[in-house]
Amino acid sequence: MKRFLLAVLFFAVLLLIWEALFRAEIWSPVLLPSPRQVASYLEGAAADGTLATAIIVTMRRLLIGYIIGLVVGLPLGLLTARWKVLQDTIGTLALGLQTLPSVCWVPLALLWFGQTEAAMLFVVVMGTLWSVVIATETGVRNVPPIYSRAALTMGSKRLHMWFKVILPAALPFIVSGMKQGWAFAWRSLMAAEIFVTILTGFGLGQLLHYGRELSAMEQVIGIMIVIVVIGLLADKIFFSPIEKFLHRRWGTSQA
Amino acid sequence: MQRLPRHRSSAAEELEVIAPSKLAIENVSKSFKGASGAILALDRVSLNVAEGEFVCLLGASGCGKSTLLNIIAGLEKPDSGTVQADGKPITAPGRERLVMFQEPALFPWLNVFGNVLFGLKLKPNLTNKDRHEVARYYLELVGLSRFQRANIHELSGGMKQRVSLARALAPNPRVLLMDEPFAALDALTREQLYGDLQRIWKARKKTIVFVTHNVREAACLGDRVIVFSPRPGRIREEFAVGLPRPRDINSVDLAVHSTEITKALKSHSQPEVAIAG
Repeated sequence: MKRFLLAVLFFAVLLLIWEALFRAEIWSPVLLPSPRQVASYLEGAAADGTLATAIIVTMRRLLIGYIIGLVVGLPLGLLTARWKVLQDTIGTLALGLQTLPSVCWVPLALLWFGQTEAAMLFVVVMGTLWSVVIATETGVRNVPPIYSRAALTMGSKRLHMWFKVILPAALPFIVSGMKQGWAFAWRSLMAAEIFVTILTGFGLGQLLHYGRELSAMEQVIGIMIVIVVIGLLADKIFFSPIEKFLHRRWGTSQA
Repeated sequence: MQRLPRHRSSAAEELEVIAPSKLAIENVSKSFKGASGAILALDRVSLNVAEGEFVCLLGASGCGKSTLLNIIAGLEKPDSGTVQADGKPITAPGRERLVMFQEPALFPWLNVFGNVLFGLKLKPNLTNKDRHEVARYYLELVGLSRFQRANIHELSGGMKQRVSLARALAPNPRVLLMDEPFAALDALTREQLYGDLQRIWKARKKTIVFVTHNVREAACLGDRVIVFSPRPGRIREEFAVGLPRPRDINSVDLAVHSTEITKALKSHSQPEVAIAG
């Protein structure tokens, strides 16, 4: 509770500084709108449904792409960890492609898929996939052999071994890979949405883009805040509880 | 595959004391590829272990005693020779022979109870309720009932090894293979565990093969102490320890035995190899 109040206080102070800067009129109000203007834009966008639609469009792209990335990436990571041949081939490919900033997939996606949802999904999948593959592979390779030896003596074999021993043992690595994949996907999707207008749906990136076109700074800042809040919520609602569980079980943190 | 009639065994049946195995190891050799060529870890080793016997394999590190244990477990295959349990050759790991390792190989993603349940869940014909009952029994046997829900990292070294022991005992194996399980513990904790292990061995009637480099430990626990020499790993001598149980590691009678065994151990080790203990 104390920590929560402190955080609230911190953000209140930030708002006050912003308001003070606005009132000092150092910059033109076109470049730096007041917190109230931003709030009223957000209010309007919320009231007429633009905001909700944009959030839904963006989150749908992100979630579908992310889930595809996980569903493909996890088994791929397991396979590369299991077979040397796959490690030398797919593993190396994954390592290389992971170093490629995922926004670099946007031009290729546009040429291949045109201005379609498929292009957006492709960018998100590419952002997620390689991090997940590499983290899963690293995680599996780092499982102490003594775990599988102990499990073998207790009668664990093949699938049981993979699902009840190797995967859980690799979980800390896999979760951090999932988190990294999420961050990459989120960034590349925003870039793609800003670059490309897709007629089937206006996402948050597009709202940001039109804010710039119209020189509507309150819209630009408002949408940026929404994007930050979504990122924070994803972390607090989804990743934090998993990480807390891992820390508690593995004893890797005092918190 | 032949389908057996469905039979649900109860927790009570599962907890019955079952007959321990006898082990027959004959002419077992095993070599490893090392940096400087092949290393002969075991050189024509033969050993018989009677049903319910407590045998300690004693030797300096590198004498192949752990390798022999792994071969009995079925985790490694000998280059030549045979290993049999109750007349049947050992070809793969199985829950008839469970291993307790030096580092506690407990699973950090499960709590204490989950770890003890792990092997039980792999046993068919038991209801979950029975499995829980069995797990609770063994946790009580090792004195950790209160720590069922604890995470592994919250336990001390001694408690971890108690959980390992409970996990190894839970599927009711006929043989317990212990690979220097107490080597990393402090002396006080170790002494306590010597007492507990002897009590549990008496109650559950397991055949135990116990690997150690600690002479006193071997003399305290074993019915027989088998002395190995390293490079190549060979059995040199064996000592029957006929002291009454439970034995106290600090007793004078035990000291007499361990002095004698130490002498043998030293005489069989190469001069450049110093042996502690």
